[in-house]
Amino acid sequence: MSDPISRDDVAHVADLARLRLTDDELDHFTEQLAAVLEHARDVEALDVADVAPTAHPFELSNITRPDEVRPSLDRDEVLGQAPSTEAGQFRVPPVLGEAP
Amino acid sequence: MTDTTTTDLAAPDAGLPGGWQMVIGLEVHCELSTATKLFCGCPNQFGSEPNTNVCPVCLGLPGSLPVANDAAVTYAMRLGRALHCEVKPSVFARKNYFYPDQPKDYQISQFDQPTNIEGWLELPDGIRIGIERAHIEEDTGKTSHVGGGGRIHEAGYSLVDYNRAGVPLVEIVGKADLRTPEQARQYVAELRSIILAIEVSDAKMEEGSMRVDANVSVRKADEPYGTRCEIKNLNSLRSLVRALDYEARRQIELLEDGERVIQQTRHWDEADGRTHTLRSKEEADDYRYFAEPDLVPLDPSAETLAAIDASIPTLPADRRQALATAAGVTPVEAAMAVERGLDDLALAAIEAGANPARVMTHVEHNLAADEAVRLDAANFAGLVTMETSGELTATQAKQVLAEMVETGGEPGAIAAARGFEAMETGALESLVDEAIAADPEAWAKFCAGDAKVTGAFVGYVMKATKGQADGKAVTELLRRRAAG
Repeated sequence: MSDPISRDDVAHVADLARLRLTDDELDHFTEQLAAVLEHARDVEALDVADVAPTAHPFELSNITRPDEVRPSLDRDEVLGQAPSTEAGQFRVPPVLGEAP
Repeated sequence: MTDTTTTDLAAPDAGLPGGWQMVIGLEVHCELSTATKLFCGCPNQFGSEPNTNVCPVCLGLPGSLPVANDAAVTYAMRLGRALHCEVKPSVFARKNYFYPDQPKDYQISQFDQPTNIEGWLELPDGIRIGIERAHIEEDTGKTSHVGGGGRIHEAGYSLVDYNRAGVPLVEIVGKADLRTPEQARQYVAELRSIILAIEVSDAKMEEGSMRVDANVSVRKADEPYGTRCEIKNLNSLRSLVRALDYEARRQIELLEDGERVIQQTRHWDEADGRTHTLRSKEEADDYRYFAEPDLVPLDPSAETLAAIDASIPTLPADRRQALATAAGVTPVEAAMAVERGLDDLALAAIEAGANPARVMTHVEHNLAADEAVRLDAANFAGLVTMETSGELTATQAKQVLAEMVETGGEPGAIAAARGFEAMETGALESLVDEAIAADPEAWAKFCAGDAKVTGAFVGYVMKATKGQADGKAVTELLRRRAAG
């Protein structure tokens, strides 16, 4: 069986997650993630031809709430949690790049 | 539904040079006008003080859990059905990205199992534009960039307001079936009419409750699609048309110079009339979508869908068709009346026996969009009948109509109070003779076939009758005099 995940895959995923990994860490996590994926292969080996795919472990659907307003939080309390605020807003470092 | 790409059969001319053709696909975000946000009970309200409509769920605080808003789900499905989509069992998904407009570092959207798929929308001229999907997602917060003249890349810092974070959206992804900026304009206008008709959003482009992103590429006829660019920041229909035209010409210029179009997102600048690069998309976006574990699937029953279908009123395309049939015009000609909500009035008047052509003229030229409510259809029909029977001239009818709208009065009474009586043909003829005698030079030109001087004679008669004469009758008399 081929390797379940390559070192490059791990580097790519780390990049997407904004994680800066050293070479040693890359080796380490490639090994660990491979073990997780190997375990998933055990599950793949099961015959699930008669099992319907599911997006959720519970057999539930259409759980909704009525469209009724509930009180929001106090703004001072909300902004009090933030490291930096200005004019009733969260102040964040200059944003590089664009929103998707 | 694969028979929707009919645009290629009769590709309209986009006015581009050198046999180039435009290929346009639009993505429209529409904010749903629910009372609360998509996954929490915070008010869905435009214009509140920053960060006053926020709670643990829409701030993404640890331990908070989203619950889908029943009304948002219903509205999204109603919009899907109005766009002739199939409503499928659907699943929410996390779209992961790093940007402070989403405090969770992911946006709850839909990915491979969207709520609505494969629909279409019909333009007034009957061309069907395909809809790929219409999925539900939450809106993002609003970031503003401070310092560096407000430009993103030079910003000193950014401020974030999360009032909009979590507001319910439907993203309507259109197929690349549009071929001209004008078609794109019609598509957005039609989509807006539908959204307003089914009352799921106020669809205001200027307030951002309806936002349009455009994908555009160019190609020679019958060649495969070229590389596309995505244009953002289109805040009006006018911007949309201008930006598409500019962008297509920019791409053509590149290709004709032997360069290539780079797939990228570009920002429309209304002030300088150009698109500017935002970012290159050489690498495909990778949002690491996965099914949202905190929400269960949506799977509407047949009864739910039947109730949604029953809640959809007659849509603009069918209203155009109904009026067109009744008035003996084309659906394109009926479009303005429908767009302004005057079609029910026009239909009722025609049904009451009024002349369809006169009804359409009044509806198009002499009535404003909000005036139908103050006008009784039977009275309107009565007015048109007085006009066609010769009791009122076109000018008088217009004045009576204005007063009917103002006071809700009855046309006969208003005409009598104003002393309007049809002018005897004899009286009109002598006025026309007077006008001819007053300006022999113009009359010579008129007799020589110069129609431009007609206004001088009509103006004379109008002045003499204080605007009560029928301009058409005057022109007709002039023609007869000239013919000898």
